[in-house]
Amino acid sequence: MNIDKRLVSKDSLEKLFDILKQNSKTIYAPATKNGKVSFSEADSFSGIATDYIQTTQSSKDVDFPRTEKILDYTRNENGMSVKGIDLNDIPEIVLWGVRPCDAMGIGELSAIFNWDYKDEIYNNRLSRVTVFGFSCSKSDEYCFCTSVGGNPGNTTGSDILFTQLGEDGDYLAEVLTDKGSAVVSLASGLFEAATDIEKGKYLADVPVRFNREEISKKLEKSFESGLWIDQSLRCLGCGACAYVCPTCACFDIQDEAHGKSGSRVRCWDSCGFSLFTLHTSGHNPREVQSQRWRQRIMHKFSYMPDRLSVYGCTGCGRCSRACPADMNILEHLISIQEAVV
Amino acid sequence: MDDLRKRARELLETSEVKVVIGYEQGTAGKTRALFVEKPEDTDKLIFDSRCVQNLAVYITKREVKDKGKMAIAATLPVMRSIIQLASEFQVNDNNLLVLGITPESKLVEFNSLTEVETFVHQYQIEIDARNKEMLDKLEKMTPSERWKFWTDELAPCFKCYACRAACPMCYCSRCTVDFNQPQWIPVPSHELGNLEWHIMRAIHLTGRCVDCDACYNACPLGIPLNLLTKKMVEEARANFGGYQPAIKGEHLMSTYKPDDKENFIQ
Repeated sequence: MNIDKRLVSKDSLEKLFDILKQNSKTIYAPATKNGKVSFSEADSFSGIATDYIQTTQSSKDVDFPRTEKILDYTRNENGMSVKGIDLNDIPEIVLWGVRPCDAMGIGELSAIFNWDYKDEIYNNRLSRVTVFGFSCSKSDEYCFCTSVGGNPGNTTGSDILFTQLGEDGDYLAEVLTDKGSAVVSLASGLFEAATDIEKGKYLADVPVRFNREEISKKLEKSFESGLWIDQSLRCLGCGACAYVCPTCACFDIQDEAHGKSGSRVRCWDSCGFSLFTLHTSGHNPREVQSQRWRQRIMHKFSYMPDRLSVYGCTGCGRCSRACPADMNILEHLISIQEAVV
Repeated sequence: MDDLRKRARELLETSEVKVVIGYEQGTAGKTRALFVEKPEDTDKLIFDSRCVQNLAVYITKREVKDKGKMAIAATLPVMRSIIQLASEFQVNDNNLLVLGITPESKLVEFNSLTEVETFVHQYQIEIDARNKEMLDKLEKMTPSERWKFWTDELAPCFKCYACRAACPMCYCSRCTVDFNQPQWIPVPSHELGNLEWHIMRAIHLTGRCVDCDACYNACPLGIPLNLLTKKMVEEARANFGGYQPAIKGEHLMSTYKPDDKENFIQ
């Protein structure tokens, strides 16, 4: 397939931002707060952070919000009346500045939300999101996208992938989908034809550190291994890793009641929490942290490839950066690959 | 810290303790907790200015406690936490030996937690100048300015509970925020849910928090939530005199009986 390659001058990016705004698009882009870069609604082009390896949180909050109302209910004399949310209220969003590892994560998240039940709220949100991927010219020691099927210029999941051609350079724009083409048609003057640009030399060098198929095979025989205890002794059992992860999709359903009416809300949840698997009977099948840590790795590198034919990790390295106890997933995966089982 | 390595090795060789909790070199220039069970592994122990994680959080962790008697490399905030935990019947001389590290980075040995307490009481809990300034600034705000400050700061919170997990004093097997019948704190991480969570946490830590900043250091989003607990340290000091954790001390904000029939107090 021939990719529609265009050149966007450095100065045209701001014009593109303004044109999208004029067309009533809501733009989510990386911004800095308290020294951390995260996606938030962008009012101005100048507020968009550019100097970062990776945002602290992934962009999943946009298609899978941390807290999301799914229905309203009212108790009345006839029982209960329930009203689902109006899917037409979901806004059109441009997700600006997504790293290729995050863009790849959208496919993995979608695989989970369409496993058997097709999650119509998730799918509707996603259908209204246009992803502007931005290739990586820099990486750090937490990055390992090339070990999990990605790369710093990977187009998977982006509608348009922008690659800056050198520091302060113009941008190569690879227009990858109909949604991407729709953006180009809104601002066609900014997208010049550019068929012969190769982006390779402008991309970060991320060495391959392990073989995920090999790890997946190892895990089939590692359920009872002692390595889970060794690895997880310092794990504090918080949900930081899951909440910054682009592919973690676990959620909890909560009812927010106000007298006779209320809302049902889905909220992010994490397999790292001790109460995650606590049964009503009091029994907890994952009663210690090592079992919870094992679940996290097994789910991403064994259960997901088995059941959904995708891995649950895009190598963004966020969980390792966010962990208050230095549970570094890359280090642990390498030790699993090296372990004798 | 050769002294620390040497002493840790002796303790393991003589089986005086089963595990030594200290720091090791982590990834990307970070340090992290290490649990040494074999004498030959004591060489991995390090100590330098990067070692700020409050290791006292691990002495109430089941998998660590189950190993048997613990020794812990403890800086001043860690020792303060240990004394507070001792006052709450979570540790005692039978299950914990403290290898103290003085503010001058010298190893100091203690025969009992009472000796640790005496050592700790030589030092007042001091809020650093930068945070002190911030607290004063907050104090001078009007209530609506302060409300805006906190709703803005707490807005990014996604309730990963890293603050709770990193805090040695948050050892409850079931936290107030996890109760759903009745539900005390809204679970969703919206404005009210976030505000109530952080206020509840600060109140539960009043008179117990030793101002170690573990919560703030753990927060992946850099939320200055330690300003809440620091404010409570100041309040406790202003209203109850020079606050210090004490093994047999009065508890500032909480009364309880160790033999309470409710099983959530353990």
